[in-house]
Amino acid sequence: MHARKPAGGSEPADTSPVPGTRAVLDGSEINRALTRIAHEVLERTKGGRDVTLLGIPSRGVPLARRLAERIELVENLTVPHGSLDVTMYRDDLRSAPVRTLKRTEIPAGGLDDRVVVLVDDVLFSGRTVRAALDALNDLGRPRAVQLAVLVDRGHRELPIRADYVGKNLPTSLRESVTVRLDETDGDDAVLLGPARPRPGTTEGKDV
Amino acid sequence: MPDIRPHLLRGVRPLGGEPVDILLADGLVAAIGADLRAPEGTTVVDAGGLIALPGLVDLHTHLREPGREDAETVESGSRSAAMGGYTAVHAMANTDPVADTAGVVEQVWRLGREAGYCDVRPVGAVTVGLAGRRLSEIGAMADSAARVRVFSDDGICVSDALLMRRALEYVKAFDGVIAQHAQEPRLTEGAQMNEGCVSDRLGLPGWPAVAEEAIIARDCLLAQHVGSRLHVCHVSTRGSVDIIRWAKARGCEVTAEVTPHHLLLTDDLVESYDPVYKVNPPLRTADDVQALREGLADGTIDVVATDHAPHPKEAKETEWSTAAMGMVGLETALAVVQKAMVDTGLLTWEQVAERMSATPARIGRVTGHGRPLAVGEPANVVLYDPAAPVGVDGAAMVTKSSNTPFGGMTLPGRVRATFLRGAPTVLEGKIQ
Amino acid sequence: MRHLLSAGDLSRDEAVLVLDTAAELALVGDRSVKKLPTLRGRTVVNLFYEDSTRTRTSFELAAKRLSADVVNFSAKGSSVSKGESLKDTALTLQAMGADGVVIRHSASGAAHRLAGWVDGSVLNAGDGTHEHPTQALLDAYTMRSRLGRLEGLRVAVVGDILHSRVARSNVLLLTTLGAHVTLVAPPTLLPVSVHTWPCEVSYDLDAVLPKTDVVMMLRVQAERMHDSFFPSVREYSRGYGMHGERLARMPEDAIVMHPGPMVRGMEISAEVADSPRCTVTEQVANGVSLRMAVLYLLLGGS
Repeated sequence: MHARKPAGGSEPADTSPVPGTRAVLDGSEINRALTRIAHEVLERTKGGRDVTLLGIPSRGVPLARRLAERIELVENLTVPHGSLDVTMYRDDLRSAPVRTLKRTEIPAGGLDDRVVVLVDDVLFSGRTVRAALDALNDLGRPRAVQLAVLVDRGHRELPIRADYVGKNLPTSLRESVTVRLDETDGDDAVLLGPARPRPGTTEGKDV
Repeated sequence: MPDIRPHLLRGVRPLGGEPVDILLADGLVAAIGADLRAPEGTTVVDAGGLIALPGLVDLHTHLREPGREDAETVESGSRSAAMGGYTAVHAMANTDPVADTAGVVEQVWRLGREAGYCDVRPVGAVTVGLAGRRLSEIGAMADSAARVRVFSDDGICVSDALLMRRALEYVKAFDGVIAQHAQEPRLTEGAQMNEGCVSDRLGLPGWPAVAEEAIIARDCLLAQHVGSRLHVCHVSTRGSVDIIRWAKARGCEVTAEVTPHHLLLTDDLVESYDPVYKVNPPLRTADDVQALREGLADGTIDVVATDHAPHPKEAKETEWSTAAMGMVGLETALAVVQKAMVDTGLLTWEQVAERMSATPARIGRVTGHGRPLAVGEPANVVLYDPAAPVGVDGAAMVTKSSNTPFGGMTLPGRVRATFLRGAPTVLEGKIQ
Repeated sequence: MRHLLSAGDLSRDEAVLVLDTAAELALVGDRSVKKLPTLRGRTVVNLFYEDSTRTRTSFELAAKRLSADVVNFSAKGSSVSKGESLKDTALTLQAMGADGVVIRHSASGAAHRLAGWVDGSVLNAGDGTHEHPTQALLDAYTMRSRLGRLEGLRVAVVGDILHSRVARSNVLLLTTLGAHVTLVAPPTLLPVSVHTWPCEVSYDLDAVLPKTDVVMMLRVQAERMHDSFFPSVREYSRGYGMHGERLARMPEDAIVMHPGPMVRGMEISAEVADSPRCTVTEQVANGVSLRMAVLYLLLGGS
């Protein structure tokens, strides 16, 4: 995980902070997308009473927290949220150097009979979500599992789709999508750039 | 059949001096001079740039026969000796059966004569079975055809002070010498390597320097008290050098040897846990190596002896604590001495000849070896190229075993030819 | 990291990574399904030349929680007891496709030798009187989880330092992690070059205790008495045993550790061993998570 914080602090959201890339979503657009997803979650889960938000590290975790905050603002409802590290369940562990584990924090009360909404920044091949479903399996028995992503860039390799999408972003495999968040990177932006070499994985997000 | 044709060594540098020609004929040095004429049937050896030394004499060689012919035989060991420039070696007594009777020493002596690569001088055991309890038949070994003059329980210390005293006294009758393996046994129970920073870090039981030094001090005092000759095997510590220097100054008739590996290697090599570095006495510290070099340079230590100790592969391809102790050394000795002593300016080639040929022959009372390179002397000669760097490879050695600690190192020179009484045992770097 | 042979091989960052990974994996022990699929299809061999049910079981459980196939290859009842050399055993394991070998051996350096003969990862589970790196790691983990930090922590290691692989690994690791180590023992049970080690040395346990956050008691074998390392068990115990009165002289939150198995009455009194400030069972529990972390970091990647 490399924080790509630009030198010299924040920059306007409409220009890319990373050379060679261009911004496809700026901070306010990300905000609007998350607000919309928060509303959609409330609608589809009939008021969100049974919802637990689980962010997939790294950037899924602050996104889940932001969604929880928005739901609370809209409905005055505290939604349990936490994190789910899927590293140990990945199917590509042996094709890359060993990965550092991230936090798994399951909110008190557990996952049994909850509607778990997995939250991630980018949906690409679907393999991360597959790993997350396996991990959930060992942690409890949710009533339902849904998926919220900020960006769906296509190129699925598994029969997986998102329930909530911030932006559908058709991409080429020669491109990479980078999500930057204030909490992890110092600013909010979604950037499109040339693909970075990433041995052994087609995943479009940092791992 | 040995090649008894005359050999003319063209342009050779005796003891590293000015180039001359040397003619070897009828087992003797026949002539020395500029532009010698080669008589009919002479093999001319182009020896330009090579150094001529008297054939080397080793006071400390393990030939393993009888008993451990899988590691070495008298024949393979004496071939190895010839490759290293030796014309005489002393075969240690710790064979199976132990060389503690006239029968065994005569057998070894005869095997050496039959092999014909160098003169094999058996060493007799001091005590029966090396058990340290009673004297073996030292007199019978001295009177045998092998004419044994050096007695040693090498591998084991004659730790009983009274027994050591008796042995020192007894060999006076025929001008013999006791070669002591100085190792206080209680202080070295289970010892695996030099006791110090490295052993403490590696968790290997230590072999403290004091265990060697205490025995040397005791033996020097004993030898002086009874007026006998004492030879100290493989001195390895600074303290030992100091004690021997002190003993010589007060008139004790003590001589001492150092091995090539103790002149070059240190105990930090053990960090690899590779038992190729396991030897007794163990590799010591850089400070000890420095003291040994100084001691050899100033004459406190009289000779370099190899302690050539071949072991089969399986004895070294184990965990450290079960591995056998010892290193092969005959074929690398001269090059190691060049690297440690000559290239560092501590010894001249003339002094090398003294410490590797003349003095060991004198201590072992070996006649016909260690003589000057002069007309009329026995033609025991080694030709050495001091400017031929060679990468050491245990597997390529002539010895049956390959447990060299110098494997992978580059040594500065190599033996080109060895002559035993005029006959080449090694020529153009190859065993004959 | 290819092998774990010595605690000294770990940089500060690597050591912290192991501890952090163990902290994450500790959560697995609290779940209903105490298993992760991570090492599915990988083979871990426990090669134990010394009897140590505790350590072997800990490694076995750790490997199984990561879904590795585990083979226990103990010296007794195998070709090893018929004189097969370590090298031949290594080549056999190699031919069987072991991805990782956990070795416990009475000879110092055995793990190093093994690492030269097999392609897989070698994990030193104790070699002679040399090292026991996973014990040191689980000790550090226990200290950090009890006291919240390692940097600046004052740790006294008490007992047979000379023959202790636990002490050697702990001195190396704790120094790397910024703790201050004091070795406490009678002079006969300290290595001759101990003054060159990166730690303090004391012969006086009572003087050290008030300035100590962690006291780690080492097992002392009664046989040492026969080799005159100390005159009698009673005299040893009086000078270097941990009992209630000594515990009271330590800072309030100080803890007492022991790698086990304990010799009650020799180096530790029952009162101290059973006190909540003694972390022996915690160390055992932490051992599993810690060994999971090491196995994951050695075998989890490409």
